[in-house]
Amino acid sequence: MNQCPVDIKEYMHEYLDGEISPEHEQILQDHLAICSDCKQDLHELEKTIALVQSMSHIKASDDFTLKVMQNLPREKKRVGIKRWFSHHPFLTAAAIFLILMSGSLFSSWGDAEQFSVTKVPNIVVENNTAIVPEGETVEGDIVVRNGDIRIEGKVDGNVTVVNGDKYLASAGEVTGKVEEINEIFSWLWYQIKNGVNSFINLLAGS
Amino acid sequence: MEEFVKSRIKQVLKGDHNAFGEIVEVYKDRIYQLCYRMLGNAHEAEDTSQEAFIRAYVNIDRFNINRKFSTWLYRIATNLCIDRIRKKKPDYFLDAEVKGTDGLNLYSQVQSKEMTPDEKVAKMELQELIQMEILNLPEKYRSAIVLKYIEELSLKEISEVLDLPIGTVKTRIHRGREVLRKQLRNI
Repeated sequence: MNQCPVDIKEYMHEYLDGEISPEHEQILQDHLAICSDCKQDLHELEKTIALVQSMSHIKASDDFTLKVMQNLPREKKRVGIKRWFSHHPFLTAAAIFLILMSGSLFSSWGDAEQFSVTKVPNIVVENNTAIVPEGETVEGDIVVRNGDIRIEGKVDGNVTVVNGDKYLASAGEVTGKVEEINEIFSWLWYQIKNGVNSFINLLAGS
Repeated sequence: MEEFVKSRIKQVLKGDHNAFGEIVEVYKDRIYQLCYRMLGNAHEAEDTSQEAFIRAYVNIDRFNINRKFSTWLYRIATNLCIDRIRKKKPDYFLDAEVKGTDGLNLYSQVQSKEMTPDEKVAKMELQELIQMEILNLPEKYRSAIVLKYIEELSLKEISEVLDLPIGTVKTRIHRGREVLRKQLRNI
């Protein structure tokens, strides 16, 4: 029985990993030529590797992918939306703006069933009609909803009538613009104009 | 292949749920095989490999697109297998008795210890015998051997999957080979 070099086992594994240096390989070859035990060991190791590699390949079931897809968590969708938002901040801001806008818009359109008029001094209300009496001057803008306005005096500002008519007496005078809004679309347009104006004012003011 | 998978991952990140299915198709056999060889039981292998894909999906935004996807996926699956092996250990015998025999479960291994090697060989098919010896390996050698010889990964990839230095991976493969050699020498 020969004395085996201390590192001979190590060299065998280096050889099996395909990473043996020429010097180590020489030592290994020389030793295997004279040591049948080590030769046997290496042979067994090679056989072991071949046996493990000979194992047949096994496949996942046919419905494997389907099952994975069915079990993916649903809340992921919310994560997806969040991710979309963080990737598109401008569109997100625009979307939020639109949602809030339309919310206030439709609610004000909806509950505007009742007659209402901007509270300004010197205005008289009679049977769903706002009257600016003769000789009186109203300072500021007037908005009338679901009713009419009769202007016999003077208005120092804009007059807007939603779902109603305006009667301007010959003696009446409006220094600003007079608008009548009767359709939802013009109402929408009016709101958008207002929104944009206040936005611009906000920007200009800040 | 990596390029195709990366384009699919980008789709998934954009919210395209179905693109993930194409990724599963590419890797399902490899991941299932890894789990089967690690756990030795079709039912557990199915469970664990399914879970690996679900975890990959849930954590897809943590995947570094510049790395190799298969390595990342192997890592998730290997860790799940190791967790399962560790959890299973305490009720080794109990588990086997309750479940009964399922070809290659723990119960049959307990039994087979009372047989001589010749009887073992006679009773089992060669493939089953090799699988059994792989299952008898300590889990740290088992993962290295399975990744190397069944999944055919390079040493570098294995070191990334197991998050270990290459030197440690080599040592584990060497030890695993030695244990298997002693068990399989009589075939």
